[in-house]
Amino acid sequence: MTRPDHDAPTSPTGQAGPIIEVTNLVRDYGGLGRKSRRVRAVDHISFGIQPGEAVGYIGANGAGKSTTIKLLMGILRPTAGQVRTCGLDPMRRRIDVARQVGVVFGQRSQLWWDLPLRESFTILAAIHRLDPAAARDRTARLVDELEMGGQLATPVRSLSLGQRMRAEIAAALLHSPRLLVLDEPTIGLDVLSKQRLREFLVEERRERGTTLLLTTHDMGDVERLCSRVLVVDHGRLAYDGTLPGLAATVGAERLLVIDLAEPTRPLQDVPGARLVAVESDGLRQRLAFDGARTTAAAVLTEVSRRATIRDLAVEEPDIEDVVRRIYASSAGQR
Amino acid sequence: MRTFLLLVRAGFRRHSTYRLALLAGTATNSVFGVIRASVLLGAIGSAGTHIAGYDGPRVLAFVWWGQALLGVVNLWGFQEVGQRVRTGDIAVDFLRPAGPQLVYLAEDIGRAGVNFLARGLPALLIGALLFDLAWPPGIGSWILGLLSVAVAVVVAFCGSFIVNLSAFWIVEIRGIRLLWMITTGFLCGLYVPVPWFPDWLRTFAEWTPFPSMLQHPLDILSGRVDGAAVWGTLATQLAWAVALVVMAQVVLQSGRRRLEVQGG
Repeated sequence: MTRPDHDAPTSPTGQAGPIIEVTNLVRDYGGLGRKSRRVRAVDHISFGIQPGEAVGYIGANGAGKSTTIKLLMGILRPTAGQVRTCGLDPMRRRIDVARQVGVVFGQRSQLWWDLPLRESFTILAAIHRLDPAAARDRTARLVDELEMGGQLATPVRSLSLGQRMRAEIAAALLHSPRLLVLDEPTIGLDVLSKQRLREFLVEERRERGTTLLLTTHDMGDVERLCSRVLVVDHGRLAYDGTLPGLAATVGAERLLVIDLAEPTRPLQDVPGARLVAVESDGLRQRLAFDGARTTAAAVLTEVSRRATIRDLAVEEPDIEDVVRRIYASSAGQR
Repeated sequence: MRTFLLLVRAGFRRHSTYRLALLAGTATNSVFGVIRASVLLGAIGSAGTHIAGYDGPRVLAFVWWGQALLGVVNLWGFQEVGQRVRTGDIAVDFLRPAGPQLVYLAEDIGRAGVNFLARGLPALLIGALLFDLAWPPGIGSWILGLLSVAVAVVVAFCGSFIVNLSAFWIVEIRGIRLLWMITTGFLCGLYVPVPWFPDWLRTFAEWTPFPSMLQHPLDILSGRVDGAAVWGTLATQLAWAVALVVMAQVVLQSGRRRLEVQGG
């Protein structure tokens, strides 16, 4: 199928410069009632996202992820600081922002519950004022790529969670937005559904260059989809950079799994490495090392002085562990 | 406009899904129509030949058009919007490049359309078969009467929409909704025609939007209000419709400013 012309961004505003720009953003909740305590959900966050980037926005529950998204979309008013989405103030220009951005809140539906799925697409196309022919093409393509052809006549309430989530993403992409914001899109999905969704998103971004902002608890999502990570903790930005850089920052250890030619005594004395485990009478030994202080090669050299290496594997640090360390270290500072 | 019409169509389809409920509604409306017709006819009989412009056929028209419009004009109100505010799902409505008021109004007009065809016309037919009711005095009364019904739909929607929006400020809005239902049922002229009210209550009712939700369309359709007076009645309704549309928008915007959707 050919790519319709309306896929090109049409807005005259915000073409150049960052697609998201957040400066010293603060958002407090509560504090008006007698008993309620004022809670700071977003605490002086600043970052910018350029068109075409894919950014993972990660953090624990209540870290301020969803609040940030609502601030970006003009659903919530900032307590202080500045937000620009597609170059616009979302609080004043909510509708213009909504035309250029597609959002999926994983735990809320934007589809019409009682109606066949097809109707939701028709209504959303109307709300976005898409040309009917172009809307049909776009719908057909999304339905095809997300393999939803069999569900178009099914009422949304009867869809499975995986089917519904694919439908939500199709609905958010119907108007060919410049920016796609996904808030926990894979929550509750089985491995296969997650996999298919990620593959689709990679493909969609490759073809159209859509900017992606993704909040998730699933590190697989970030690893597969995002080139940049923002870690938010207690409303503050704890890290902004690449995924490998994140591991380096917190000094997460890489792991060398070494199979030796014959049973060997525990390798406790290798400089720069720490013995984690010994298996099969010393035939397999696991050594952790800090990638910032030494290299895998240096550790191997030391090991080969002591024993004959038959095989080896390097395990990268577990990202969940990395994020946990970030939380722990920033909690320690307080 | 195309957007609005498509949304109306969606509302129509959505509400036509529940066919059994529509059938049950028609049956209930008809039974209560027979009861109300008998009571009001009895009242007129004991008072002489007419009360405040209502004779037998007109009061029957009042009753049966009233039963027909019961499901069309949303007199009892809805709760969906209030629930969406409470759960935070209203956030999704604000992600769309359209005002929520317009989206929900369009859906309600679709709902009214379904109810007019599936509940209103059958109830009217049953009434016409069982009783000798007065029909609108001319083609003009038919057209303006149905127009008046459309305005009534808008007035009732906006009223209930505002009630639902109170969820931005109050956690539990069931009390307000109940109050709204009771007030509406009484002051819109559903139980007893507004012209039969004692003077002080009638004057009070005429200063509220409630008669615009039912009494005014019934006045035109039953022929109680005729000729040039029809335009005055319509003008009153339109004034209330405009006032409530604006008021709902103001409430929605201040609610949005105060929105506290946490989590999810």
